[in-house]
Amino acid sequence: MTDKDRQELLKQILKKQETEKLKPTERYEIPSQDMPEQDPVKRRDNVNEVAVGYTETHARLEAMRCLQCKKAPCIKGCPVKIRIGDFVSAISDGDFKKALAVIKENSLLPAVCGRICPQEVQCQQTCTVGLKFKDPTKAVSIGRLERFVADLDKNNESVPAVAVETGMKVAVIGSGPGGIVAAADTRRAGHDVTIYEAFHKTGGVLVYGIPEFRLPKAIVQEEVDTLTKMGVKIVCNFVVGRTRTIEQLMKEDGFDAVYIGVGAGLPRFMGIEGESLVGVYSANEYLTRANLMRAYDFGSGADTPIARSKKVAVIGGGNVAMDSARTAVRLGAEKVYLVYRRTEKEMPARIEEVHHAKQEGIEFHILQSPKRIICDENSYVTAIECLKYRLGEPDESGRRRPIPIEGSEFQIEVDTVIIAIGNTANPLIRQTTPGLEFNKWGNIVVDENCKTSLEGVYAGGDIVSGAATVILAMGQGRIAAAAINDYLAKKKMS
Amino acid sequence: MPHKIVSKRQLSEDVFTAEIEAPLVAQARKPGQFVIISINNEYSERIPLTIANADPKRGTICLIWQRAGKTTTELADMQQGDEIANVTGPLGMPTHIDNFGTVVCVGGGIGNAPLLPIAKALKKAGNKIISILGAKSKELLILEDDFSQISDELIITTDDGSYGRKALVTEPLKEVCLRSEKPDQIFVIGPAIMMKFCCEVTKQFSIPTQVSLNTIMVDGTGMCGGCRVEFDGRAKFVCVDGPEFDGHKVDFDLMMKRLNAYKEQEQQAREQYKKHRCKIGRDK
Ligand SMILES: Cc1cc2nc3c(=O)[nH]c(=O)nc-3n(C[C@H](O)[C@H](O)[C@H](O)COP(=O)(O)OP(=O)(O)OC[C@H]3O[C@@H](n4cnc5c(N)ncnc54)[C@H](O)[C@@H]3O)c2cc1C
Ligand SMILES: Cc1cc2nc3c(=O)[nH]c(=O)nc-3n(C[C@H](O)[C@H](O)[C@H](O)COP(=O)(O)OP(=O)(O)OC[C@H]3O[C@@H](n4cnc5c(N)ncnc54)[C@H](O)[C@@H]3O)c2cc1C
Ligand code: SF4
Ligand code: SF4
Ligand code: FES
Repeated sequence: MTDKDRQELLKQILKKQETEKLKPTERYEIPSQDMPEQDPVKRRDNVNEVAVGYTETHARLEAMRCLQCKKAPCIKGCPVKIRIGDFVSAISDGDFKKALAVIKENSLLPAVCGRICPQEVQCQQTCTVGLKFKDPTKAVSIGRLERFVADLDKNNESVPAVAVETGMKVAVIGSGPGGIVAAADTRRAGHDVTIYEAFHKTGGVLVYGIPEFRLPKAIVQEEVDTLTKMGVKIVCNFVVGRTRTIEQLMKEDGFDAVYIGVGAGLPRFMGIEGESLVGVYSANEYLTRANLMRAYDFGSGADTPIARSKKVAVIGGGNVAMDSARTAVRLGAEKVYLVYRRTEKEMPARIEEVHHAKQEGIEFHILQSPKRIICDENSYVTAIECLKYRLGEPDESGRRRPIPIEGSEFQIEVDTVIIAIGNTANPLIRQTTPGLEFNKWGNIVVDENCKTSLEGVYAGGDIVSGAATVILAMGQGRIAAAAINDYLAKKKMS
Repeated sequence: MPHKIVSKRQLSEDVFTAEIEAPLVAQARKPGQFVIISINNEYSERIPLTIANADPKRGTICLIWQRAGKTTTELADMQQGDEIANVTGPLGMPTHIDNFGTVVCVGGGIGNAPLLPIAKALKKAGNKIISILGAKSKELLILEDDFSQISDELIITTDDGSYGRKALVTEPLKEVCLRSEKPDQIFVIGPAIMMKFCCEVTKQFSIPTQVSLNTIMVDGTGMCGGCRVEFDGRAKFVCVDGPEFDGHKVDFDLMMKRLNAYKEQEQQAREQYKKHRCKIGRDK
């Protein structure tokens, strides 16, 4: 569809709507609006955002595809229960301000979630329109619409109102999405809030993990700036457990409540031969060097080096693996292989990311997994030896279990290996916080209000749920903040 | 919050020390721990340096560093009153200090700097301290006076014989191990190759030996895994499990190779910075 066709169609529909409401069949006929994207060949050489964003015409047409279902199955799929029908309807009416206001009732970071929520397994999975076409990609593009209205608001200087100072102090540990929301919500209630962040920069995985081409850093920075304007204090380079412990913050520094949002932490390795050779990275390290430290600008403004790879194998099939592979492409690798031991169907990565990865020339090696990593006499990686796999019966996760095929060894020539098979919980808080309860995987145990086993201490995000999603972390940050606000209100009364 | 350089001194041709404002780190720090600093802005490299000393009252820490590449050279070019953008810490596990009995502290080159606070703490805990300090030449030997104050015995070696004994530290180390009063514990900090050979010596005598590893780091909080070493056949993260390890179980050969992973880029950064220094008139 050309821009002109699109405008023409919108004009027609608007005209029609003056006299009568659109019937569902007419709504089904409106073509689903693709996201305008940077050319796949050009974007291999830059780190700019791949998805360029809807125009007003795209957005209104897409919004008109929504049937305004009474039962709103889409809302059930959204972890923070955004009133989707209402904001989408506001967009189709062209009332973008209202749309944003509706979203902001439940989500503080629509520009982020609209971009990186796994919508196809959340709000869009249950959308009636998608079900009708038996294709989740044909559902109403709720995320893209959310991003559209959020982006319109870009240079908005408005700062959320803050209640009168309560004199109570809240410490937020970690500045990831959960921490940002917890800080905003407790500050709004008038508490004196300080965020402590281990890195020199705020944003958590949003700045060190998720690449610029998927989530521009400027968007995250703006949210953080809003916090500062609201009066939230931000202290970087502060490692809770090392610089100060939670106990010290509460007993000596006068904090009345604490939110722990330290994220997932330690990268998992496979335990195979050769994992510490030169040229083997965890995805965390590779992405941190590239994103946070901007290794792609090495020698022209940035000082952190990264391997100058020609052939890269990324191990894993999730978002983190896709991000690593696509980053390797942008850093100039000629060949990037994605090695995954199940099939594409079982890949936890978002469909959109898989699609983008393929467009950018990443070669998928499915039903394969490395058995060992091979090196030259200087311990530089030269190849990986893989085994082929087949799928067996479904396991606990419901996905079919990969079974190695004996004697199927073969080698892939590579100079860099990036391991993206997940994280385990960082033990630092556990080691330094007596009395805090953890489960056997090292995640903090909380109740439905995100309260931990310690009085006044709340937690959320990946340190509670294991590696999960941004919107879940935000949702928990919000629940925890509400509980903290309650707790402090009671504490003040007594 | 930037960190002011309160004072700065040159200790030898390539070694510098500075007292830097970092009140929280000064308060929390224990021997064996380090900080990660980056000099200018968010895209300067993050490098680990051991906290050689700290003054909680003044709110300062003391760092000692060797001019190696771009970042340490840039740091050496900074002056009293200049500010360092980021200082994070204290990081790593503190040294396990105990009354072991007789302890040999072996330092090589810049390794004397991280070794000093440990030796001091060991002395305070009641140990008999035998220090063996090695350097390429007399000019490159640092902290001799500090060590002589806390050591019951001080042995100095230089590669070229310009001072002390002309030998590598492994020689006197072996002799000390052979004494009738066998040492109970050894600490070795220095270049990887030196730690490797010292461990080979002490292993023959089955004397427990702690080394402090200096792998390449990024975050220093256990998030990236870049600092991992092969320890007893398993990967350990130096920034959270260390930096000190039982030296008899470390794969030093692999560690040394990992230290060279960015040789090319480091060379490029060094040359670029050299040009830059010429331009601003710092280089003679
Ligand atoms: C590469 C990658 C891609 C992803 N893609 C997606 C996606 O497309 N969609 C999606 O929904 N989710 C995605 N995720 C997952 C998502 O980013 C996380 O679920 C989410 O960021 C978790 O948020 P959090 O609040 O737990 O904190 P995190 O974002 O994990 O941040 C935690 C922060 O705490 C800091 N910290 C840690 N320890 C301490 C300490 N002791 N003291 C002080 N500060 C500390 C850390 O430095 C960090 O800044 C992705 C993750 C990665 C790594
Ligand atoms: C726990 C720990 C404590 C340390 N304490 C001291 C100390 O007290 N004094 C001191 O002089 N040095 C210390 N080091 C080493 C110091 O970090 C490196 O010399 C410094 O990073 C070199 O940076 P550069 O840019 O000047 O040199 P580059 O040219 O970048 O590198 C020179 C060499 O230093 C190593 N190196 C490079 N980047 C890093 C990095 N990000 N992290 C660690 N090593 C790196 C590599 O082996 C490299 O070949 C310590 C290292 C560790 C891990
Ligand atoms: S927050 Fe995420 S799940 Fe909820 S409506 Fe928006 S895109 Fe969908
Ligand atoms: S399920 Fe789909 S069509 Fe129905 S209200 Fe939600 S977005 Fe609209
Ligand atoms: S430096 Fe990143 S895990 Fe140790």
